[in-house]
Order: sequence, then C-alpha cells, then structure tokens
Amino acid sequence: MLLIHVVVAILLTAGMFFMFIGAIGLLRFPDFYTRLHATGKCDTLGEGLIIVGLIIYHLFHYPRTPLVAVKLLLLIIFIFIANPTAIHAIVKAAYRRGLKPWKWGEERR
Amino acid sequence: MISMFLVFGLLNVVTILLCLYRAVVGPGVFNRVAAVNVVGTKTVVLLVIMGFYFERPHFFDIPLLYAMLNFIGTLVFAKYLERGELCS
Amino acid sequence: MNRGEKGFGIVVTFCTTFLFWLILSGFFDAFHLIMGGICSAIVTFISHGLLVKGKGKKMLPKSLRFLLYIPWELWQIVLANVDVAYRVLHPKMPIDPLIIEFETSLRGDFAFVTLANSITLTPGTITIFVEPEKGKFWVHALAKEHAQAHLVDKTMQRKVADVFMEW
Repeated sequence: MLLIHVVVAILLTAGMFFMFIGAIGLLRFPDFYTRLHATGKCDTLGEGLIIVGLIIYHLFHYPRTPLVAVKLLLLIIFIFIANPTAIHAIVKAAYRRGLKPWKWGEERR
Repeated sequence: MISMFLVFGLLNVVTILLCLYRAVVGPGVFNRVAAVNVVGTKTVVLLVIMGFYFERPHFFDIPLLYAMLNFIGTLVFAKYLERGELCS
Repeated sequence: MNRGEKGFGIVVTFCTTFLFWLILSGFFDAFHLIMGGICSAIVTFISHGLLVKGKGKKMLPKSLRFLLYIPWELWQIVLANVDVAYRVLHPKMPIDPLIIEFETSLRGDFAFVTLANSITLTPGTITIFVEPEKGKFWVHALAKEHAQAHLVDKTMQRKVADVFMEW
C-alpha cells in the first residue's frame, strides 16, 4: 500500500463516518427541523470528502485522463450549492404550512 | 485497494437502509420528502464509488445527472407543498 | 435592460455553455467543436435572459474576494460539522432549538444567496425565510451558541458584506 492509498483511505473513512452521523441523526432527533440540521449538512460534507478522496485516487492511477477529475469536481461544486438550497426550500414550505418547532421538554414527533 | 471500494459501497447501502425507516414511519409528508432527498444524495455517492470499483471512467455522467434530477425533484415537491399548485 | 446589458448576458451565457460542453465531452476535433458551438448558440438564443441580469459594477474585485472567502468557509464547515457529530452521538443529546431573526445590510441578489447558503451549510443554523427589502433573515438554530454566533458576533455577515462591498 502506497502513501496515496493511505491518504485516500483516511478521506473515505472520514466521509463515511459523516454519512453515518447523518443517517443516525435522521433517526434520533425529536423534530423535523432538527433532523434536517443533522442530515442536510453532514451529508454534504461527507459526500465532499469521499469524492475528494476519489479524485486523488483517479489522478494517481490514471494520469492520462484529467478531465474525469474535472467532472467530479463539478459534481462537488454542484452538490455544495444544490443541497443547502433544497433543504432551505423544504424548510420554508414546512414553516409556511404551520409546522411548529420543538422546544426542550416536549415529546417526540 | 479496489476491493476496499466494495466495503465502502456496502457501508453506504447500510446508511440508505437506515434512512428508509424515516421514509416509512415519519409522521407527515415533510419528513418523508426530506428522507427521500437524503436517499438520493447517498445514491449519488454509491454510484461514484461503484464507478471506480468496476473501473469505468465514462460512467460519471450518470451520478452528475442524478444529482441534478434529485435537486429538481425536491424543489418541485417543496413548491407544491407550499402553494397547493405548481403553475399559477 | 438596454442593449449593452443584453449583449453582456448573451456573451456570458454562450461562453459558459460552450465551456461546459468542452469539459464534459473531452473531444477536441473540428466536428465536435462545431456541434458544441451550434448547441450553445441554440441554448443561448432561448434562455439568455435567465442567468445574467445586467452587468453590475466592479465584478472583478468581487469575484476575487469571493474566491478568497471560500477556504475560510470550508474550514468553518468542517469545525461546525464535528460539533454537530458530537451532539448527535452524545447519549443525552444536548440541543435546545430556537428561531431567531436578524437584519443585515446586504441588498443584492447574489449576496443574499451566498449568505443564506453559508448559514445553511454551517451546522447549527438553517435559513427559513429571507425578506429582500430590509435584509431580514429568519434562522432556526440548534443550540444557544450557534444563535449567539449570528446575533452577537456577526462574523459571517461581516465577511459576506466585505466580499460584496455592501456595508
């Protein structure tokens, strides 16, 4: 295993850890708004880390086709812009429809 | 190294199955729409990892396209739920 | 929009779509370049008024400052995501959600989008509603420390106002 493989493995593990945090947050939190806090952001960061690791792997093993790395970089930029916007759109729709936020001490919904 | 991608792909499938619980149970429609959006994002990651596992560099148009479709689908749902109609 | 601004919009849209064609296809011979040019021309003819609205003043220093703003924000995202991970995994789950509202001095469209995206990406806060006339933001915060960072410290608002020069 070369040094690049160790770096890629560390990045992939960190990204996968944040994806698990996102899924566990979706199950554990008591309210709709707090669930979106956990998933919308940890998901985006985890995905960014995983794809950065895969870009490094690709540039190391296939140095003749750098355009694939550019395509994956475009994917990262698109996800960083699009995911928060989708989360904001659905939170705004829920707020307009009257979904009340959860305060400390109430029961789960 | 390539076989490690298979392990990460399986871990991703486990997270997708964890999210499906909220899609089935979640009280109300907003929880379900949020869960479907999250499953779509995790699917994009799964597709990229599998593209590297099967060693196909021309495959990465498909995750890019599916990320866009997922985004637009969530926006359309949010607009319909907010206003009650799509075109006004 | 007068003709100068319309021309600017057409040129920017054509260049952007042609650039995406070149990056995503990978072929650089004459046939594919001409096909790309024709497709970009059709797309530009249909939708040149959508993305670019007018020229705006002082675009070049704003773009450079925006590129310098991105690494600071990425570091904030990583730090705050570790904080949310701690809150998710803790057995008692120390969260205390509240909704806050504050005014900023930003007025432009792109500045609102940047600040709303940054607030939603940094964990602990989600933008609920934006009012464009007075620059008001309604934000749902996960705990009191995250709310303090936006109400009292105001670091993020000052940084975005520095980028777009809209104090």
